[in-house]
Amino acid sequence: MNSPTAPIDQLIARHGQDPHALVQLLREAQALEGWLPRATLVRIARALQLDLADVEGVAGFYRFFHTQPVGRTHILFSDNITDRMLGSEALMADLCARLGVEPGRMRDDGLVSVDTCSCTGLCDQGPALLVNHHQVVTGLDVARVAELAQLVQRQVPMAQWPAHWFTVEDNIRRADVLLGLPLARGAAIQAALQRGAQATLDEIVASRLRGRGGAGFATGRKWTLCRDAPGAQRYVVCNADEGEPGTFKDRVLLTRHADDVFEGMTIAALAIGARHGLVYLRGEYRYLLEPLQAELERRRRDHLLGPAILGHDGFEFDIDIHVGAGAYVCGEESALIESLEGKRGTPRIRPPFPVEHGYLGHPTTVNNVETFCAAARVVLGGGEWWSRIGTPQSSGTKIHSVSGDCERPGLYEYPFGTRIGRILEDCGARDTQAVQVGGPSGVCVSAFEFGRRIAFEDVPTAGAFMVFDRSRDMFEVARNFAHFFAHESCGFCTPCRVGTELVARRMDKLAQGRGSRHDIDVLFELDTLLHATTHCGLGASACNPLRDTVAKFRPAYERRLQSLYFEPAFDLDAELSIARRMTGREDAGAYLEPPR
Amino acid sequence: MIASTEVSSGGSFLLDGVEVPFEPGDTVLAAATRAGHYLPHLCWLPDFKPHGSCRLCSVRVYGRTIASCTLAAEAGLQVEGRSDALQAQRKTLLQMLFVEGNHFCPSCEKSGNCLLQATAYEMGMEGPHFEEFYPDRPVDASHPDILLEFNRCILCELCVRASRDVDGKNVFAIGGRSVKTHLLVNSESGKLADTAMALGDRAMDVCPVGVILPKRRGFAVPIGERRFDAKPVSARTELVPHAHPAQPGEDTP
Repeated sequence: MNSPTAPIDQLIARHGQDPHALVQLLREAQALEGWLPRATLVRIARALQLDLADVEGVAGFYRFFHTQPVGRTHILFSDNITDRMLGSEALMADLCARLGVEPGRMRDDGLVSVDTCSCTGLCDQGPALLVNHHQVVTGLDVARVAELAQLVQRQVPMAQWPAHWFTVEDNIRRADVLLGLPLARGAAIQAALQRGAQATLDEIVASRLRGRGGAGFATGRKWTLCRDAPGAQRYVVCNADEGEPGTFKDRVLLTRHADDVFEGMTIAALAIGARHGLVYLRGEYRYLLEPLQAELERRRRDHLLGPAILGHDGFEFDIDIHVGAGAYVCGEESALIESLEGKRGTPRIRPPFPVEHGYLGHPTTVNNVETFCAAARVVLGGGEWWSRIGTPQSSGTKIHSVSGDCERPGLYEYPFGTRIGRILEDCGARDTQAVQVGGPSGVCVSAFEFGRRIAFEDVPTAGAFMVFDRSRDMFEVARNFAHFFAHESCGFCTPCRVGTELVARRMDKLAQGRGSRHDIDVLFELDTLLHATTHCGLGASACNPLRDTVAKFRPAYERRLQSLYFEPAFDLDAELSIARRMTGREDAGAYLEPPR
Repeated sequence: MIASTEVSSGGSFLLDGVEVPFEPGDTVLAAATRAGHYLPHLCWLPDFKPHGSCRLCSVRVYGRTIASCTLAAEAGLQVEGRSDALQAQRKTLLQMLFVEGNHFCPSCEKSGNCLLQATAYEMGMEGPHFEEFYPDRPVDASHPDILLEFNRCILCELCVRASRDVDGKNVFAIGGRSVKTHLLVNSESGKLADTAMALGDRAMDVCPVGVILPKRRGFAVPIGERRFDAKPVSARTELVPHAHPAQPGEDTP
């Protein structure tokens, strides 16, 4: 470990001792030993000339970094509501029992640890799990879990596990312009070069294309602002941190249409005058890194990246891939940039916005994977053609990641303006009670609203479409989402850090049958506060599922209330459990009320 | 989404109907405070770069709620600063900070000098409202002269900023995430004794609560005769230095 050729030193040398590479370096260093011993943090801090506490602060921020040992096989069950609906909780309990391990705790011999993580983006083929922050296993069932326990117990290397476990299906059910045949490689760049930078940007503006990550900001305007911002260098960043639970369209685009994504980034580079591109790939999609890098290498060979693209002197552009480490908040563009710079993923104070002051202070355009695919199509087909698809305020098509209670989960692409009911019919959903459109931060749509349409002017979406039939308990759906937000809060501002935790605890109190109407009033109060006062959009939208489900599925809450007035959160009988243990008493007299 | 970051020239805006003059580069909070108007705040000090984490200074502008410490002052802006709804929101934010940590005012050396406590009195907070979290946070008593009482930390990062930007010592940083976010000490042992922290540091006197305390100086001024015992926090005057351009949200060059 102390020799100059130690693997950790080789990693540091490869990153040129660049402090901005800290997150990448921590990820690669962790792959060496499975966790990050303090000595490793000290070594990295010294090499990068950073303060140890800053390195520690970064390591402690990302869920996929471990500053305490984890098992040599570290298994994370995806804990999205759709995984739960497919039985993930029972399967995880089964695996833990077979391996003799407690959730969240390493087995004493260090062989294995089992825990949960936020959505892995495999909702159409769950339950799913992630092994050693690298490989995903899909389609879990009792038999697969039994075999998995044996392989782990016998210490069979992951490379020798059944290959079909790692199969990730694309499940494209309905293709329109984006999910159809991939573009001919280089065709869109060729078209953009023929038009020239300004005319290319004009086409994007004319297309009225809006960002596909959820907020729907006009892409042409974003690129124009970035191009016009003062600065010597500009950056194009692809947001592939697809962390919104229930969303998996970007995974498929990066698997099947990576060329379209890179093509779109290259067009953006031409339009704004950038020479550097970065893809922020979420840690859960680590298994896609090598195929994507191979694709980039092919494009360099074909002069679609690098100096003099397609022979045009002065058009130079290349792309690097940065892998995240388990932080939903990094989907927010300024937090994403902080993470790219090797820091904690705390959203920045805005203004200034990234188009003016982005990566390393340079003007930066951050766009969604799907937005880049769309931009490539716009350049080929023309802005006028794209703007005629969809609705007045929402041009083009949108890809939906459909999961939950339906016969055919997978990807469905429709023009904007499509009825929610139409998507439900196409995916084979029956007896549907509700759809969570856009993920936990989106909108919960109930049956009487299925005539509403997907569009920025009606029901906007970042792509998730989770279906719940009448057998589902919408309170449990909202409780799952409440825990998700509490888990993913960056911890920077008071209302989100404390508020998301208070919401999760209140929902647990209701789930235990100890709630009162007062608790629902407090939940409303927290919703209003978080919506108004948080530092970024994560906190502001954290109570959306709560608000929607209380309004639309109130009986699911009311049947949990023990009292219509007030029940304290402090449970005196539970607090007396320590006294009962110490005195060895379990008789009725040792309880204030008979045990429930 | 896009707002200009160009520094406006000076002028005045309206805070609850009262005209407040501002200088180029001012935030709403800085200008209001300089003019003697009280807007509650915990993570802001006039001579530090704004942070925007406590959210107590949030005001209503253009129908939206925005932290006034990061909001650039603009001529003609109509700011709602102390409506009943905003004051109620502030009280709830304070209650959140109280239940998140372990705040036992009667036995706290900072009682009477504590900005959190004084602001809670000012906002009429009479109880915690929420259930307490009672976190387990060990203290750091390793330093010969200084005690770190993490139970009271509200994560304002003023000590982080003071130690880095004024003292040049980088003694503190932020670690963890979500409700487990916490203050870190920058040394291999993680203990304050192994840092360069000293009694004369600026980081010693920026803590709004009772985390960073000099040892062997307990209750030198009796409770009842302390700073906020004499005057409520709203009557406190803070010297706000004159703004320099490009202050809000701007990184150090």
